[in-house]
Amino acid sequence: MAIFTALLVSSIAILLSGASPIKAFSALAVGAFGTRDNLIETVVKATPLIIAGLGVALAFRGGLFNIGVEGQLFIGSIVAVLVGTNFDLPKIINVPLVMLAGALAGALLAAFSGYLKAWHGAHEVITTIMMNYIVLRIITWAIGANGPLRKPLSIVPETRSLFESARLPLLISDTRLHMGIVIALALAAGVYFLLFRTVLGVEIRIVGKNLHAAKYVGINVKRNIVLTMALSGGLAGLAGAIQVMGIPPYNFTTGFNVGYGFDSLAVAVLGSIHPVGVVFSALLFGAMDAGARLMQLRAKVPIDIITLLQGLILMFVAANQIIRSLYHLPAPSKEDSVNLTQSWGGE
Amino acid sequence: MKNNKDPILSLHNITKSFGSVVANDSIYFDLYPQEIQVLLGENGAGKSTLMKILYGMYQADQGEILINQQKVVIQDPNDALRLGIGMVHQHFMLVPVMTVTENLMLGDEKTKGNAFGKLSKLDRETVRQEIIALGNKYGLQVNPDAVVEDLSVGEAQRVEILKVLYKGADILILDEPTAVLTPQETSELFEIMRSLIKQGKSIIFITHKLKEVLAVADRIAVLRNGKVVGHTTPAESSIEELALLMVGREVLLTATKGQSHPGKVVLNIKDLSIKSKSEVMVVKNFSLQLRAGEIYGIAGVQGNGQSELIEAITGLMQPHSGHIIILNKDVTHSSPRQITLVGTAHVPEDRQKHGLVLGFSVATNLVLQTYYLPPFSNGWVIYPEKVEENADEKIDEFDIRTPSRDALVSNLSGGNQQKVIIARELSRPINLLIINQPTRGLDVGSIEYIHKRIIEARDKGVAVLLVSAELDEILSLSDRIGVMYAGELVAEMDAKGANREQLGLYMTGSKKEKMLKENINQ
Amino acid sequence: MTSILLVSLMSLAIIKAAPLIYGALCGLMSERSGVVNIGIEGMMLTGAFMAFMGSALFSKWTGGVFNPNVSLVVGLLVGIISAALVAGLHAILSIHYKIDQVISGTVINLLAVGLTNYVANAYIDPTHLSGVGVFPVWKIPLLSKIPILGPIFFEHQPMIYLMFALVLFLQYAIFNTPWGLRLRSVGEYPQAADSVGINVIKTRYLNVILGGALAGLGGAIMVLESVGRFQKLMTSGRGFIALAVMIFGRWSPIGAFGAAILFGFSEALGVRLQFGDINHLYALVVVAALAVILTSIVWGINRLRNRSTKGKSPFLIGGIFTLGLTILYLANQVEFPKVSVPIEFLGLLPYVLTIIVLTGLVKRAVGPAAVGKPYEKQ
Repeated sequence: MAIFTALLVSSIAILLSGASPIKAFSALAVGAFGTRDNLIETVVKATPLIIAGLGVALAFRGGLFNIGVEGQLFIGSIVAVLVGTNFDLPKIINVPLVMLAGALAGALLAAFSGYLKAWHGAHEVITTIMMNYIVLRIITWAIGANGPLRKPLSIVPETRSLFESARLPLLISDTRLHMGIVIALALAAGVYFLLFRTVLGVEIRIVGKNLHAAKYVGINVKRNIVLTMALSGGLAGLAGAIQVMGIPPYNFTTGFNVGYGFDSLAVAVLGSIHPVGVVFSALLFGAMDAGARLMQLRAKVPIDIITLLQGLILMFVAANQIIRSLYHLPAPSKEDSVNLTQSWGGE
Repeated sequence: MKNNKDPILSLHNITKSFGSVVANDSIYFDLYPQEIQVLLGENGAGKSTLMKILYGMYQADQGEILINQQKVVIQDPNDALRLGIGMVHQHFMLVPVMTVTENLMLGDEKTKGNAFGKLSKLDRETVRQEIIALGNKYGLQVNPDAVVEDLSVGEAQRVEILKVLYKGADILILDEPTAVLTPQETSELFEIMRSLIKQGKSIIFITHKLKEVLAVADRIAVLRNGKVVGHTTPAESSIEELALLMVGREVLLTATKGQSHPGKVVLNIKDLSIKSKSEVMVVKNFSLQLRAGEIYGIAGVQGNGQSELIEAITGLMQPHSGHIIILNKDVTHSSPRQITLVGTAHVPEDRQKHGLVLGFSVATNLVLQTYYLPPFSNGWVIYPEKVEENADEKIDEFDIRTPSRDALVSNLSGGNQQKVIIARELSRPINLLIINQPTRGLDVGSIEYIHKRIIEARDKGVAVLLVSAELDEILSLSDRIGVMYAGELVAEMDAKGANREQLGLYMTGSKKEKMLKENINQ
Repeated sequence: MTSILLVSLMSLAIIKAAPLIYGALCGLMSERSGVVNIGIEGMMLTGAFMAFMGSALFSKWTGGVFNPNVSLVVGLLVGIISAALVAGLHAILSIHYKIDQVISGTVINLLAVGLTNYVANAYIDPTHLSGVGVFPVWKIPLLSKIPILGPIFFEHQPMIYLMFALVLFLQYAIFNTPWGLRLRSVGEYPQAADSVGINVIKTRYLNVILGGALAGLGGAIMVLESVGRFQKLMTSGRGFIALAVMIFGRWSPIGAFGAAILFGFSEALGVRLQFGDINHLYALVVVAALAVILTSIVWGINRLRNRSTKGKSPFLIGGIFTLGLTILYLANQVEFPKVSVPIEFLGLLPYVLTIIVLTGLVKRAVGPAAVGKPYEKQ
C-alpha cells in the first residue's frame, strides 16, 4: 500500500515534468524484469542493498540509527581495493581475505561512532553522518589527481582493478551475476539466527527496546552498543567490498555506489527491520535501480525520480498510520516500533 | 460541618468510556461551599478520570456539570480556571528548570504593557510581590525566586497550591496530595486545607487512604469500578465500613504473618557512601545487616537516598566508599549480573522503566534474568521451546492474567505486569530479595497477592529488603524498620514497637536516634 | 599584515557562519518546543533550492522589468515559505502521527534530496536556468568606519544583518516574553503547560514551522548572498553541523552564534588556505585560540543570564579569555615552519569539530527535558 501510494505521488512529479507516468513505470518494469539480463541486473543491484540493509536493520534492532552506512560501505570498498590490488594470493584465500578486510574497515569505522555514543553520549546519527563526509573527502583525495590510490595515467578519478584472484566468481558465465547474492542470502539467514536465536541477539534487542531494563538485567550496555555498531558497519563494509569484487571493472571510482547508504536505510524500514523483509525490499529497490536507465531512455524521466520514489516509500512506511487512514485499514495488532530518540540527550 | 446552602458544584449523570472500558458510569456528585468532600476509591476506580472531566482535560460522553446551578461546558483547563476550578495534581505540574514566579505566571502571563502581545516583556516583579502577598494571606510562604527543581517535595506542593490560588480558584481539587508526604507534612497540609475553607474555598480531596478520610472529610463519596457506591460522613462511618465500600468485599487491612526466624547474615553493608551524578553525597555512612528470613523495611520520604542505596546494592551505581557484602562475598564493585548470580532478586521501583521490556512478550520478559543460562540457553544459542514452557508454568503459578504467553507485556494491567516481575524474580533460587515500591499504583487485590508472596519468600529463608513510601506497607510487612533521612540511617527499630507518628518524626529529620553499636555488631 | 588578514578572516567567518546560525536557530525553536529536528539539512536544502527557483523564475517571467533585488526578495520569500512547509510536514509526521522524530527528520532529508536533484536534472540543467546574482553589500554608515569591528561586523549583505537582528531578538524573546515562557514550558514539561491551558500541540506546530522558516533563510542565504545559483546537495551537511552548533550553544541563540563563529572561522580558513598565503600551522593555532576565547564568552554570557551562582567562576572565565588572547597574540609573533597538508583534509575541519563538540559537551549540556517525546494527553 505504501509503495502504491508512493507511486501515485511520484506520478504527479513525472506528469509535471511532461512525461507519461504509465510509460515511465512500464519502462521501469521492463528494465527490471523484461529479459534475463534485466532480471540479473535487478539481482546484482539488490545484492549490496540486502547486505547493507541487514546492517541497518541490525542496528535498528539495537536501538541505533546507523545512517553512516554510506561511509562504511565506501571505506569497505576502498580497503578491499587496497588489499585486492596489493595481494595476489590463491583465490580460495584471497577472496575471503579481501571481503574480511572490507568488513573490518566498515566495522571499525562504525564501532568508533558506537564508542562515541556509549562513552561520550554523542548521538550516532550526527557522528555517522560526519563520518560519511570525512570518508568521502579522504577518498576523493586518495583517488584524486595526486592521490596514492589513483590508477596511473588514468584521466578520471579511479583506482586500479583488483587482481583476478580477488574477484568473486560468476554464477552464470558471460553475465554479471556473481557470487554476492549467495553470500547476501546466507547473511540474511545468519542475521535472523543471530537476532532471534542467540543470547547476543536477545541482548541487542533488549538494549534496543529499553536501555534501563538492559542495565537492570546486567547487560554491558556500552559494550553492546559498540558491538552492534561494529556488526552493522561490518555488514556495510562487506557490501562495499562485494561491490568492487563482483562488478567489472573491479575498481573504485567516485560516482560509485553513491546513494546506497540511504537506500539501505529505506530498505530496512520497508522490510520492517526483519531479515526476510529486507531481502524482498532490497529486490524491489534493486528492480527500481535496474529499470531506471530504461525509464530514462524511453520516457525521458530523470533517474532522480527513483530517489524521490524511495523517499516517499520510506515516509509512507514509517508513517503507516497515514496509509491506514487513507485506505481505512484496521490498526495492526502487534506493535513493533523502534525508539531512536531514547538517547537523544545522551545518557 | 454540614452546610445547607445550594451546592457550588454539581455533576449530573457523568459517563465516560475508553474503548470498551467504562471509567465513569452515570456519576452524581455535589460539592457545597466551604466543605471538604473526599472522593474515595482505589486505584483504577475512576477518581482521576472524573476529576479530569471536571478540569476539562477529558470530555464526558454524557451528563452535565453545574456551577452555582448554572450549566457549564468545560472544554479545556482554561475554561475550568475561568470558572474558578483549580487542580493540584498528584504529579506536580511545575516546570523543574523554571522559578516559582515563572511557574505561577505560566499560561496567564503579566507583562509590562501589552504593545507586542505575546512578545511583550514579562513583568516578573509584580508577580513576585503578588506571590509574597498571597503566601502571607494563606500561610503558604515560598521563595518566589527559587528554582522548582531545588525545592523539597513539601515546598513544591505548597507552590502547586499557591499556583491554583493565584489563578483565582474557589474550588480546589487535590489529587492524592499525601502520597509523597510524611505524616507531619500531611497534618500540615490538613491545617492549610482547613484554613482555606475558612477563607471561603471549597475542596475536593481525592485519596485511597482510609485514615486520612476520617481525619479531614466533611462528607465522603466512595467510588468503585466507575460508580458512586455510597455517600457518607466521618461521623456515620468507620474504617472497616469504608474499606468494604471501596473494595466491595472484606479486606485484610494488614498482612498476616507469623513470627520471623532470622538466620545468618545475608546482606552486610558497611559505611556505604554514594555520590550522585551531580557529585552530591546522597548516601552517607550507611550500615545495615540483613538476615535470612527477615524483612527489613526502609521508611523515608522519597529522594532521601533510598533509590541510590538500592542501585548501589544491585550494581547499577558505583558507591563512593564503603562495602557491600552478600553472603561473605564482597560485591561492592561487582556488575549487576554478578550480583544477580550470587542469588539476588531485584523488583525495581519503576516497573515499566527498569523491570520490563514493554515491547517484548510475556514469555520473554519472564526469562529476562535467566535467558543466558541453562535450560534456556547453552550460553550462545537460545532454546525457544524452553522459554515457552517456562512461561506457561509461571503464568499458571502466579495467576498472571494475560491473553497468551506471546502477548506483549505492555498490554497487561499494572498489577499483572508487577506479577510478571515477581514471578521472574521469585522463581529463581535466591537468598536476597530487594524490593522497591512493590505495590505502587496497584489495586487492593494485587496488593494482597504481592504481600502474601513477599511473606512466603521470607518464610522460605530469603532475606528481604523492602523500600516503600507507604508507611502502612512498611509497618504491616516488616520485621525490622530503618528510617532514611538525607542519606543517613537515622533510626532502626523492631517493627513491633514502631508507630506512624514516631516514624514520621524520623522521616523529617526532626529526631535522630543513636544507633546501638552492639546491636549491629552481633 | 597578519591583523588585516585576521579581520578579513573574521568577516568571512561571519558570512560562513550565517547558514549555520540560521540552521541552529531552527533546531533551537524546534527542540525548545520538544521536537527533535534532524531534518534541518533537508529544510535548508529546500530553502536554497526554492530561493533560487523563486528568484530565477520571477526574473524570467517578468522579463527583467524589475530591479534584480526585487527578484531576490521574491526568491527569499519563496525559500522561506517552502522550507516552512517542509517543516510543516515534519510537524505533521512527528506531532500528529507520532512517528519517531529521528525517522521523520530522515524522511525530510531524503525527500528534499530527491526532489531538488530531480528538478535540477529535469528542469534547471536542460533549460540552463541562471540566477539573478546576489544581494549587494550594505556598508552601514558610521558603524563601518570603526576600526577592526567596522569591517568585521558592518560591511555585509542584508541577510547577515537580518541574522544579527534575529539572534538578538530570539535571545530576548525566548527568555523574557510570554511566548518564550510557553515555548520553554512545552519543551520541558508539556503536561504542566497543558494543565494551565497552553495548547501543547499548537505551540509545537507553530515553533517547528517557524523554525523551518529560519532554516529556509539559512538555505536561501547560500544562494542569494553567496554563489548566486543552486548546486545539487549544496548544503553538504550544514544542517547537521547546525545541530552541533545548537548543542554547543546550549540551546540559546547567543550561544549558537558564538559556536557558529568557530565553525565559520574554520571554514573561512579552509577557503583562505586554498590561496596558499597562510601558514597551515598558524591557522590551526588561531582556530584553537578562537575556540578558547569563544568558550569563555559563552560561559560568561550563561553566567550573566542566570544571574546566580550557577556556572563557572568569573576568575576562570576571565583567565581563559586572557589565555586565548595571549595565544592569538603570540601566534602573530612567531614564525611557523612550513608544513603542507592536503587541502581536502583542511576541509574536514568543520566535520571533525562537530564530532569533538558532541563528544566533549553533550554529556554536560542538558537539552529540553521533553525533547523527542510525542505528547499524549493522559
